[in-house]
Amino acid sequence: MIEILQTIEFEPFLLSFKLAAITTIILFMLSLPLAWYLSQTSSRIKPIIEAITALPIVLPPSVLGFYILVALSQNSPIGLFFEETFGIKLVFNFTGLVVASCFYSLPFMVQPLQGGFESLNKNILEASYIAGKSKFETIIKVALPNIKPALMTAIIVTFAHTVGEFGVVLMVGGSIPGETKVASVAIYEMVEIMDYGSAHIYSVIMLIISFFVLLSVYIFNGRQSKKFGI
Amino acid sequence: MIKIDIHKKLHGSNGEMDLDVNLEIKQGDFVALSGQSGSGKTTLLRILAGLEEARGTLKIEDKIWLDDKLNLSTQKREIGFVFQDYALFPNMSVEDNLLFVNADRELADHLLKMTELNELKKRLPNSLSGGQKQRVSLCRALMNKPKLLLMDEPLSALDPKMRTKLQSEILQLHKEFQTTTIMVSHDPSEIYRLSNRVIVLSQGKVINDGLAKEVLLKTSGSQKFSFEGELLEIIKVDVIYIAIVSIGQQLVEVVVSQDALKNLKIGGIVTISTKAFSPTITAKTK
Repeated sequence: MIEILQTIEFEPFLLSFKLAAITTIILFMLSLPLAWYLSQTSSRIKPIIEAITALPIVLPPSVLGFYILVALSQNSPIGLFFEETFGIKLVFNFTGLVVASCFYSLPFMVQPLQGGFESLNKNILEASYIAGKSKFETIIKVALPNIKPALMTAIIVTFAHTVGEFGVVLMVGGSIPGETKVASVAIYEMVEIMDYGSAHIYSVIMLIISFFVLLSVYIFNGRQSKKFGI
Repeated sequence: MIKIDIHKKLHGSNGEMDLDVNLEIKQGDFVALSGQSGSGKTTLLRILAGLEEARGTLKIEDKIWLDDKLNLSTQKREIGFVFQDYALFPNMSVEDNLLFVNADRELADHLLKMTELNELKKRLPNSLSGGQKQRVSLCRALMNKPKLLLMDEPLSALDPKMRTKLQSEILQLHKEFQTTTIMVSHDPSEIYRLSNRVIVLSQGKVINDGLAKEVLLKTSGSQKFSFEGELLEIIKVDVIYIAIVSIGQQLVEVVVSQDALKNLKIGGIVTISTKAFSPTITAKTK
């Protein structure tokens, strides 16, 4: 058993977690203003933005991956712009994976945050404005601390969902060892070459990590609601 | 001096109506705002707080809050607001709720002592009773020494005993801070105890404005006493009719003549008064 473990490459796992961590941080910063806007507005364009945000949930990852590939490749204006201006290639490398993951996991960050903001008692936000606090300060000091369960759910589920991503990653990144070969892609390749032993070990590790991540979210959220009555 | 002259179209439950209010309120006054639900009381309060937009002018002392060109943001208006549902920050202790508004520890301690909350200052709002929460909310509203204190039915969610206790505390705080106050209330005894002026709104217009005593006392002419109530039922007993009327929390029976019967409708609002004798008042023994 130990011999098998010694032969296992852990690089794909590290890559998966690095990708998930970077994606989660970027998405949190992008989604915070978006989720806040959606929770506070009654504008007519709200359903349109909501629908676009939710698209990655229903689209097949191959469709999403295909469009991202088309949009970011050197043949597209965006891909060309990044290549010429910053010298960055956006496909078949780690940067491309981060961009693709941000699209793919967007709804998993935005929706819990928006739901959390919407569930807040509007009066406590108004009480903060009356106390002279700006919108930004109100979000940071009043809104976020009072939606901790939603915040936790958004961050953890986004992270876990990015770790578990497969289709988009394969389309946009391919399978370059140490660059784009994440755990899920590695498992797929092991099965293809009928290395079931390694596939088992990788899969069990993924299963255990995912279970404990989700378990910790539910335990945390249960405690929060008892403590603050939220 | 506070000058209010505002207009706003409202889409209420009774269809469209215009909120049209033109008032002057003296510095240090305690004004009670009364009227049926949907008459525009809460909207008026929210306009004063800058939480809703309106046309017109608002001037507080020499400072303009609202006119044709300017609409000062809520943050800059220096007001206090007490919500019916307390609206305390659930993530902050009692003390931190106060200090969030203004980091003046001395004032916070003073307010908490006055309202007997000193021992609870480290507790989270979730662990307090309704009365305690509303006292915290009241203290919080005074932390920035507001030019204007607005209260939207602050005591209506509390039981009568707690209400009386809080009324005395509000009175005490008003005496000390002399904050100009506008309070929405439906409770005549509360209005009578606290306010020196009552403004009654109906359909967005001021229909009555005066001292609590003048506005609230329902007796007119030689009436000795007079109560308004809802007619619940009319029962025929032999040759007479008896009306059951609900006044406040109590039911009373009144004998009705056949003539008077014609004008009465079950569910309607009626006035019960008497002229012939002096009512006796006796203290209720516990």
